[in-house]
Amino acid sequence: MIFVGHVMAIARKDLLAEWRNRESFTAMFYFAFLVLFLFNFALGADQALIRGASSGLLWLAFTFTSVLGLGRSVQGELENDCLEGLLLYPTQREAIYLGKLLGNFSVILVVELVILPLFAILYNMDLWSQIPKLLLIAVPGTLGFAAAGTLLSSMTAGLRAREAMLPFLLFPLTIPLILSAVKGTEVVLRGEPFELAMPWVKLIAAFDVVFLVTSLLTFEYLVEE
Amino acid sequence: MIGRGAERVLGLLAAFGLLTGLYIGFVYAPPDAVQGEVQRIMYLHVPLILVSYLAFFVVFVMSILYLMRRQERHDAIAHSSAEIGVLFTALAIAAGSIWGRPTWGTWWTWDARLTTTTILLLIFIGYLMLRTLVDDPSRGATFSAVLGIFGFLDIPIIHMSVVWWRTLHQPPSVLRPGPSTVAPDMQVALYTNLAAFVVLYGYFLVKRLRLEEARSELNRLRMEGVG
Amino acid sequence: MVRVENAGTRLGPPPAIEARRLVKWYGSQPALRGIDLVVAPGEVLALFGPNGAGKTTLLRILAGRARPTSGAVQIAGHSLDRDSDGVRRAIGVLAHGHQLYEALTARENLLFAAAMLGLDRPREHVSEVLARVGLEAAAEARVRTFSSGMKRRLALAKVMLREPKVILLDEPYASLDLQATKLLEEFILAKKIGGAATILATHNLTMGFGVADRLAILRQGRLVFEGRREETSVEAFRSLFALHGELGAVE
Repeated sequence: MIFVGHVMAIARKDLLAEWRNRESFTAMFYFAFLVLFLFNFALGADQALIRGASSGLLWLAFTFTSVLGLGRSVQGELENDCLEGLLLYPTQREAIYLGKLLGNFSVILVVELVILPLFAILYNMDLWSQIPKLLLIAVPGTLGFAAAGTLLSSMTAGLRAREAMLPFLLFPLTIPLILSAVKGTEVVLRGEPFELAMPWVKLIAAFDVVFLVTSLLTFEYLVEE
Repeated sequence: MIGRGAERVLGLLAAFGLLTGLYIGFVYAPPDAVQGEVQRIMYLHVPLILVSYLAFFVVFVMSILYLMRRQERHDAIAHSSAEIGVLFTALAIAAGSIWGRPTWGTWWTWDARLTTTTILLLIFIGYLMLRTLVDDPSRGATFSAVLGIFGFLDIPIIHMSVVWWRTLHQPPSVLRPGPSTVAPDMQVALYTNLAAFVVLYGYFLVKRLRLEEARSELNRLRMEGVG
Repeated sequence: MVRVENAGTRLGPPPAIEARRLVKWYGSQPALRGIDLVVAPGEVLALFGPNGAGKTTLLRILAGRARPTSGAVQIAGHSLDRDSDGVRRAIGVLAHGHQLYEALTARENLLFAAAMLGLDRPREHVSEVLARVGLEAAAEARVRTFSSGMKRRLALAKVMLREPKVILLDEPYASLDLQATKLLEEFILAKKIGGAATILATHNLTMGFGVADRLAILRQGRLVFEGRREETSVEAFRSLFALHGELGAVE
């Protein structure tokens, strides 16, 4: 299908560009590491407190890092009018959105996969056996955040206060998603049965569906003038 | 849209409704058996929240209509309704906070309704901020419409997540904000105030729209004069 | 407002570019105040005008990138509001930003364009246009390392890939070196012979005159002059331009 071809071409182009200089990836990785590292000082040496807050810390690190990545990704399109160029092709606007989403999602997910072992080391947790369950939460959670973020960043990209506006708009909307991801991760990190996390996973799925569908329906209005 | 006569009637109705509601709520209705006089604030808090949900629903509907038909009128109504919604939401939170202080000893509590309402406030403040930052009005209207749609669709998801967050691991709280008994006098007070606030919302909306109309009339005259 | 004459006769070919009563307002600022414009296949229209006259706005609307406040546009027979895909397939645009991804190589940029355009045998086409603009040697180099002249040539190569029927050029001569300028002129003339219609918006009177069949001046959103090039001398045009608009960097 031509549509899928366009989506893949755009995603591939984004990932290729990112792979070339790895600026975004490096910045995101380093930032996530800093967040995790600094929290240790913020919470003092109280190990119990840190363990209790660990899932929240992890997702704070993930989401702040994602905002960084989302901002940079759309910047790349604004340079040299590349977004204009994209819109001049005979492509469905939805394909452009999905292509950008796929690119953003992939980069964020890779950063998260690198951060997880670091997190396990810094906070002295045994994550190895829990990885599949963690991914069951992290993948849909990241997808929802990337979906909302890709849409909103196309709005805020051209604005004067763009660096502030993206998190300002994105975080309130994604609170239910972040909350669910944190609670679900908490269940896994505590070694509790996964059924306890299921309500949260369902909520994440609901968020993903609502936001993906709405984004696909409204994206073209955002980029046409 | 609405004639000046009808507008005046609406204003009088709103004033009358508010006074009646305030009287019934703060004088006529009996004090709550458990919470005492402070419970009366609920006659403001609950209607304010409900009417702000109404306001955001209007934003949602108008946003969809704007994206489909691109008529300035829809955008004007959405914008006005959002402003009133933000105002009422802020007042609702303030009322809830005032209620919370003597009841729970704190100005703020992370209870489900208050938290959800605050998130809603943040979303729609963002909505209003977005408008001011976009230079081209039609672009601003489009962006706001999309945000308005997302914001409203998010409400049930936010509500469920916050409620589960508070209840899945916490014991249910004994003192719940809201009408605590089925005393008919109290119901009367609640519904009267609810009706009064709906009318007030309508009045504010009409007034605000008149301002928008004047603004676009000015633009129209300018366009004719120049073009 | 001057009516631009219909270049084809009633029995001639349908216009490649047709704009009727085009109006564009940005909020309360007027950008275009009623433009009627017709360009036939094989014609080059040079559009002059000071900054802020509305040239870019007009070209963006014709490219389908901006929506007019009112008015109708047809590009190569496709109506802009009903068949935007058809319009996009028919046009090639050279604008201010070169729309190239600096982290990618020249070849990768073109391969991406080919994928988005749905070209068959993309590798062949890409190699061919790289040769035409003289960038085969630099094909595997990242665009970030290119000079601005090379970037413009690559942007031109992207347009060549599309084999457009309608070409919209917005200040194409800015930051072009000699080789790129020559390439652009050859390209415009070749496309002209091939039957494409071109609108060239520029400050550069000399260049514009060189390739144009018709000339027009846009000022404050209105077409204040239009004429055939052979009927207008450079001096007359220059004074007309000075009369109607503030001279920018006009050569």
